[in-house]
Formats: sequence, structure tokens, C-alpha cells
Amino acid sequence: MNENVVNTSELTKRYGDRLAVDRVSMNVRRGEVYGFLGPNGAGKTTTLRMMLGLIRPTSGSATVLGQPAGGPAVTARIGALIEGPGFYPYMSGLDNLRVMTRYRGLPESAATAALVRVDLADRGADKFKSYSLGMKQRLGVASALMGEPELIILDEPTNGLDPAGMADMRALIVALAEGGQSVLLSSHLLDEVQEICDRVGVINQGRLLRESTVADLRGSAHITLTARPLDAALAVAMEAAGEDGCRLVGEQVELDLPESAAPGLVRDLVAAGIDVHSIGSSERSLEDVFFEMTTTHEMESLS
Amino acid sequence: MTSNGLVASTRAEMLRLRKWPAVWVTVGSWLALSLMFGYAFNYVSYTSGSNGFSNEGTTKAMLLAEMMPANVPDVFVQGMPMFGGALMMVLGAIVAGNGYGWGTWKTVFTQGPSRHSVVGGSLIALTVFVIGILVVTMAFDLVCALAIAGVESQSVVWPSFGSVASSFGAGFLVLEMWTLAGFLLGTVARGPALSVGLGLVWALVIENLLRGVGVLLDPVESFTHVLPGTAAGSLIGAIVGVSDGGDGTPGVLDAISGTQATWTVAAYVVVLPLVAAWLVRRRDVT
Repeated sequence: MNENVVNTSELTKRYGDRLAVDRVSMNVRRGEVYGFLGPNGAGKTTTLRMMLGLIRPTSGSATVLGQPAGGPAVTARIGALIEGPGFYPYMSGLDNLRVMTRYRGLPESAATAALVRVDLADRGADKFKSYSLGMKQRLGVASALMGEPELIILDEPTNGLDPAGMADMRALIVALAEGGQSVLLSSHLLDEVQEICDRVGVINQGRLLRESTVADLRGSAHITLTARPLDAALAVAMEAAGEDGCRLVGEQVELDLPESAAPGLVRDLVAAGIDVHSIGSSERSLEDVFFEMTTTHEMESLS
Repeated sequence: MTSNGLVASTRAEMLRLRKWPAVWVTVGSWLALSLMFGYAFNYVSYTSGSNGFSNEGTTKAMLLAEMMPANVPDVFVQGMPMFGGALMMVLGAIVAGNGYGWGTWKTVFTQGPSRHSVVGGSLIALTVFVIGILVVTMAFDLVCALAIAGVESQSVVWPSFGSVASSFGAGFLVLEMWTLAGFLLGTVARGPALSVGLGLVWALVIENLLRGVGVLLDPVESFTHVLPGTAAGSLIGAIVGVSDGGDGTPGVLDAISGTQATWTVAAYVVVLPLVAAWLVRRRDVT
């Protein structure tokens, strides 16, 4: 199922001289957890607000669930938590959700069920203003889940949560996707995105730098080899990984091969009378890729 | 705007207004002030025989007559141009304005109903509260008048249906207009503090000053005739009557005719929500 639930085309938002979102074209597929990744102020929330019709794009367009973003018929099929939970401080968590069930035309029992899902049932009768930041955040997520919307947009949902709360939230998001709901999640936490997202869009300074699967973004694992004599080692390495899969990095040879290929490679090297000084496998984390990408982008914009 | 969206929004807004202590404080203040100035002070001066600012120049018989059931339609509306309107403006302003600071409008606009439905629902809920306030005030006034008539062994003469209806209609127009003005101010300022402050200064100070200047300058006087305070004061003035000496109830005026006042207030009741809805629809929610 590769049907897109979100399509944006050259989506742009300009505030005076500042370009908050710059020609962002992204796609979120049905049933996936899509990570929208970027540092604070990169334009994530502004893009999400445009998808929900909260703000109008300066140019470009967004299609959500097959219709132009922002229409009541579309918004009713989305559950959203955007830039912090906004609730009535004088009412209890449960009453706040009851108000939202009325807006959504749902039975009020949906409010109680949603509180249970985010583990807030025992504090549902307490006033919203007495909640901790993490509890407020969980209430925001509970509100977004009500009515089993087809698309759930969560803007930094783990903000303010303790480690256990973060783990619970991630498990909940994965469970939502397994149940067939699509989740668009913005985050500046790379571990979080790496752990739970199928695909990622990386945004910085308003521009979408890359959109792909987490695995593609990280690239394949590679083997780093130190051996003497170097030219003989390079010849063996080329036989194993092909000419394009081999690079000389300083005094080391880098091969685009998985870790499982290391024992065979060592045997070949030893059989050719080469001394193997060290061999290891390394895999880039999303963090490495992200910093590489955003730094390159910044350098380009400086020059 | 769909009827489903409007009904859903009205139901949601009714729930959150009902649960909001600030709403009940505002409603309670109006009731307390209205009973205090309508009956408590007058009854105390009637029984003690002393004259205060609220009953200056009236005889004891007149004081008693003012507190009788037949006079309820007048007592019911006389506080509206001044503190009734001001309190309702506060109500409208906090209902519209607080949602921006709390981020609740942002949450509500992502629930499904269109922005027009949401604003419409909020205004209908506020209107239900205004009607509720009028009914409760009328009931309280009647209870007070009957109690005083009983205690003072006066025969009970009921007000005519026509006078009750016209007072109720005028009271509704005046309170609804100020509520809607507050809602628009809260929407424009996107917060309660500035909107309440500006609204009260306008209603309680600026319009009075302009009417003062209007005595000297004709163009200013013509301008004051279309202002909400003047229109509301004149509408109530047409019901309760304004003494020639001009030392009657503050805010109750005879600057324009009752008919002109009714149309002016009605025009505000139509235009204010349209402007608020237009503004909410076109603005980005950040």
C-alpha cells in the first residue's frame, strides 16, 4: 500500500523577509510512521500547521487524505498535537477531552478510553493546570487519538516526558502504525526517529534536505581495514567488494561490505601473505548523517 | 459552516463555559450589583429614611413604588447600560481572548468543525448565557419586589406583559451587543487583558467624554449618536424614562429616539459577530 496520506508540493511560508518553509515537497504513505526531523526552528511546526490549515501557505499546496489541507472534512479525519497541548486550565483532563469529543461528534466514552491509552486515567479528574509538562503532553496525545483518525500528526510528542514516558510513547506510536493508522511525527530527537520511524524527512532552515527510509539515509555498513603492504591489500579488497566498493582513506581501506564478510576477507588477505593489523565494521548513526547533512547545507548557504 | 459543525461546536462551548468559574463570577457580579442598586440600597434608604445618591430627590412613596412588582421591567434594565454592559463585555472578551493564550483555539480548529462553525458555536453558547442571565435576573427582581411588597403590606400589581416583553427585548439587545463587542475585542487583541482594558475604557470613559464634547461640537454629537454606549443608553432610556434634570441612572440617556436606538443596537448585534467571524477565518493561528 503506497497510497500517500500527505503530499506537499513546493510548500512555502514567508514571514516578511524570513523564509520559514522553503519549497517543501514531501510525501507520507498510508500506514507508516514518518519522522519529520530537524533542529529547533527548522520549519517543522510551520509545515505541520500548513498541513492542518492553521496557517495559509505563501505558495505551494498541501494535499491531506486526498483533499486540500485545512477543509473541515479532512481535519475531522486527522488527530493532531501541534506545538504543545492547548487545553482549558480550569477544567479536568477528562472534561477537556469531553469538550473535544463534542467538537468531533464522538461519544463522551471516547474521552475515558483515550485517557486509559496514555496512562492518565487515575489523574483524569484533576485540573489541567495542576498537570506536569509530561502529563499535559500525554493529554494532548490522548486528544489526538480520539476517534481513531486515519492520520495522526504529533509535533514533538515526547517533549517533557521522562525516560519511561518516552519509551511508552514510542511503543504507543508503533502500535498505532501496526493498527493501520498513519503517523507523522516531528522530532529533534534522532534516537527516537531512528527507533520508530519507517521513513524520514530531514528539514533544516526551512528546506527539506532529504526524504528516504532510515536505512537508506544511514547507508550500508562498511568494513575498515588496516593491512600491509597496502597496495596488495587494496587488490584483495577490490576482488572482494568490487572496484567501486573500495576506497583508500589515509592508510586504511574502506570496503562497502557488511560485517559478516569480515572473516572471509581476512582469510583471503592472510592467504595472499598480507599482514592484517586491524579490521572492524562501522555503521553510521542517523545522528552522523543528520549532522553531515545539516552542516553541508549550512556551508553551502554560507558560500 | 455546516449545521452539524455548528451544533457540535455549540455543545462543546456550552460545556466549557458551564465549567468555567470566571463565567459564573461575571454572571454573579451582575446579579449582585443589579439587586444591590435595584432593591437593597433603595429598601435600606426607604426603611431608614435617609437619602443616598441612588434615590436623591425622591419621596418615600416614590421609592416604594419603584420597588414594587409593577416596576420590575424598569429595574430589570436600568443597570444594563452601565455595569451590565461592561460585565458582559468582559465575558465576551475572556471567552474569545483566553483561547489564544491557552492555545485552545488552535486545538479546537484541528478537531473538524470549520472556523465559522466554531465561532458560531461560541457565539450561540454566549447568547444562551445572555438569555439565561436575563431570565434569572427577571426572576430575582420579581422575587425581591414581591418580598418587599409582602413585608410592606402592599397590594401586588403585576407588570403588563407588554412592558415585560419590551424590557426583556431591549435588555437582550443591549447585553448581547456588549457581549459581542467583547468577543470581537478579544478576537482582535488575541488576549483578554488588552481587550477588557480597552473595552472598559471605551464604554465607561471615552463615550462619556465624547458626549461631553458633543454638547459643544455638532459633528461630534452626531458621531456619538451611532456609538454603542449612546445607543444602548438611549434604548434603555426610552423604556425607563429619563428625567429632564439629567441626574437619573448613570448611562441611561435620551440622546436618540428609542426606535433609532433599537436599530443602532440591532445593527451592532448583526455586524459585530460577522466581523469577528471574518477575522477568525482569515487569520493564521500561530
